[in-house]
Amino acid sequence: MTTTDDLPAFLDALLARHGNNPTNLLQILCETQDRQGCIPPPAINHLSQRLGIPRARIEGVAGFYSFLHLRPNGEYRVLFSDNITDRMLGSQILMEKMCQQLWLQPGKVSEDGLVSINTTSCTGMCDQGPAMLVNGRAITRLTHQRVQEIGSLIRNNTPLAGWPADFFLVEDNIRRSGPLLDNTSAPGDILRAVLFSSAVRPELVEGLHGSPFDTSGGSPRTEIAKDIVEAVKHSSLRGRGGAGFPTGQKWEACRNAPGSKHYVVCNADEGEPGTFKDRVLLNCQADLVFEGMTLCALAVGAQHGYLYLRGEYRYLLEPLRAILQRRRDNNMLGKNILGQAGFDFDIAIHTGAGAYICGEESALIESLEGKRGVPRSRPPFPVTHGYMQQPTAVDNVETFCSAALAIQMGAENFRAIGTQKSSGSKLISVSGDCPRPGIYEYPFGVSVREVLQDCGAVNTRAVQISGPSGMCIPKREFDRKLGFEDLPTAGAFMVFDDSRDLFEVARNFVHFFAHESCGFCTPCRVGTSMLKQTMDKIAAGHGTRHDLNEIENLDKVLQTSSHCGLGRTACNPVLHTLKHFRPAYENRLKSLDFEPAFDLDGALARARQMTGRDDAGAHLKPEET
Amino acid sequence: MSDTFQLDGESVPFEPGQTVMQAALATGHYIPHLCYHPEFKPHGSCKVCTVKVNGRTAASCTMPAEAGLDVESNIEEMNGLRRTLVQMLFAEGNHFCPSCEKSGNCMLQALGYDLEVHTAGFRHLYPDRPLDASHPDILLDFNRCILCELCVRASSEVDGKNVFALSGRGITKHLVVNAETGLLKDTDIALTDKAMHVCPVGVILPKRVGFSVPIGKRRYDQRPISKQALDDAPRQADAGGSCAAREGIP
Repeated sequence: MTTTDDLPAFLDALLARHGNNPTNLLQILCETQDRQGCIPPPAINHLSQRLGIPRARIEGVAGFYSFLHLRPNGEYRVLFSDNITDRMLGSQILMEKMCQQLWLQPGKVSEDGLVSINTTSCTGMCDQGPAMLVNGRAITRLTHQRVQEIGSLIRNNTPLAGWPADFFLVEDNIRRSGPLLDNTSAPGDILRAVLFSSAVRPELVEGLHGSPFDTSGGSPRTEIAKDIVEAVKHSSLRGRGGAGFPTGQKWEACRNAPGSKHYVVCNADEGEPGTFKDRVLLNCQADLVFEGMTLCALAVGAQHGYLYLRGEYRYLLEPLRAILQRRRDNNMLGKNILGQAGFDFDIAIHTGAGAYICGEESALIESLEGKRGVPRSRPPFPVTHGYMQQPTAVDNVETFCSAALAIQMGAENFRAIGTQKSSGSKLISVSGDCPRPGIYEYPFGVSVREVLQDCGAVNTRAVQISGPSGMCIPKREFDRKLGFEDLPTAGAFMVFDDSRDLFEVARNFVHFFAHESCGFCTPCRVGTSMLKQTMDKIAAGHGTRHDLNEIENLDKVLQTSSHCGLGRTACNPVLHTLKHFRPAYENRLKSLDFEPAFDLDGALARARQMTGRDDAGAHLKPEET
Repeated sequence: MSDTFQLDGESVPFEPGQTVMQAALATGHYIPHLCYHPEFKPHGSCKVCTVKVNGRTAASCTMPAEAGLDVESNIEEMNGLRRTLVQMLFAEGNHFCPSCEKSGNCMLQALGYDLEVHTAGFRHLYPDRPLDASHPDILLDFNRCILCELCVRASSEVDGKNVFALSGRGITKHLVVNAETGLLKDTDIALTDKAMHVCPVGVILPKRVGFSVPIGKRRYDQRPISKQALDDAPRQADAGGSCAAREGIP
């Protein structure tokens, strides 16, 4: 696992496979770590020399992503998913037990270099948590027994390949399906319909046969491309990743943007805590995703596409590559697709490495280019200056599926589903306090109450819609409807019953944002940490009204000056819970106007730990503090 | 006659391609800033230059100037925001002005005075950031780094050396140097490098000259930063040279 003798040879082969291309740096680093357990200094030197990138910059890229390590971090790297839903299922006690079993502290590597245990942001297994990643592989449905077994396997140095297969089982948990999840079209059907029987405009098909498939104006291909854009525009499809930008408009802008190459990028960096619908689509409707990407390529005139797969879904990489290969074999990708001269398009998969911010489209593009995933200054937008500064259409997994579906069923029929401003259906990822967590497909316009009834939730206190950056909805608002008119959502639906403390929910989300801030701009880099500090102060019983005012101040600063949406929404969980569940905060406050954050007794904690003492004499008496 | 926009009620002419900040400085209007430097492409990370443009906030250093924009900068709402951002930068690092050899020449300190930042505002984070004194002629004190990336940009774009880069993420983001040892002595930095002269705070310091100009007679002891910045603005015209010659000018 940590052989170094043949490292240069390994790296050279790896580099050759990636065309010695610096834009593949992140992929090269991921594969280096897969083999070495970390990215050791000799590897950085070697890559720096071969790729012509300064070693400090390589270190900077590796240092940006949570899953990459510059120093040995254990042969077994265990990461407990730390979303609030994992916590509600008991992840914290499981992690504590595992640390005890293996004699180590969270965040530290065991003395023998065998194992490290830490937490990570939501791994997208909320419907089957608590979950963990071991060396990047997802393990679900953790119990005391399972965690103990894992501890023993690690202690016995059993290679992951020898672990029980059912540990790695990831279920789809589809509870309610609709046009998207019920899709049974065979791979290539929609593409063929567009090209040959033209679902879009039959008279074009005549001209298509026998004529070269060129890009000059007025050719059948150009006409079909325009028709795809028109069909998607007419369907009123809006992006499913959260922002809700009209997809047809995006494709048209990309198509019209001048550039030497155009690109299609599928955003499968599903990092918003509580969201896991893209994982399910990639598992059961991957062909529809790729079909949507190929149609987009036809529409915008792209020859290259990328699917950016979040590192947590690494286990999907090989199956997805196999599907891509099958599509190539069947001439649905590659050169002269389905016999159409000049219709060339292929898709490569890039994996992320633990960075929520890469779900932001311009940060994703930076990451695709092998850099730190820092959002770009906009304008210009990716549709004109995206991957390699060329016009790029970046869309969410579900958006590509929905676009393909809209083209297949016809824009009118697609628009008939959902509401006026929110056409089509939406996948909802339900997790938290309910007996039937999983994926639910609804037409837009479904009420929160209806979803709660379907998943069997009772005594619900609140629902977090669209993840930490979304909204917390209290009981009296359960008749509100999911859709762009009222509650826009990327799909997360976390249920909290009346046994839950909404302050702790918000605190978990605040920690998440602080961990995931890219650090580029001052307000988000420092502000999210200050917010975390304030929430921790309140949690520790030192909070006052002054701190609540401070939170409102921080929100103003983050809202008005952050570089991207992460900073602008980082205060949302606190603001929403403060608005609806103020007592959860006020019960914790001391009645003073101000209370110093410094805790005199707390300052002795390190000394207590070092001396192994925790008796009364090792604490300050209350009157002394 | 070039196009103009409004800045705090005054008409500001601009050339095509200029940002709001560039046009403002070129015409004698000061907008507070830290990571912006006239000789480098703006990247808009410190956000101190945030202004209101037609009612919405934007970083003026990256905001393209457009005819007819209504820009508000010197208003309490924006200055209050700047005060908080400066407080954040102070709380994030370890800034002990009385014992800092950059005192009086430091843009962060000068901006603090100019904006009348009278209190800490936040609980300080006191990060653990060891010094790098390995180089015979240059000291690196990371405690004062505000992550403006000017040294990164200068070393790469002007010196062609890439001595500096950023690593880490979020609040753990930090400057690294281009050597396997992580030490400055093992890089090819030189005292004459542009990267030596762009640090707005006291991170990159030539050794043995720290107090050659006594405190009280330093750059921002003479005039507040809002005045000094305008003197520096014409640097844009004589591109590239003169500022390095003026000692202590970031």
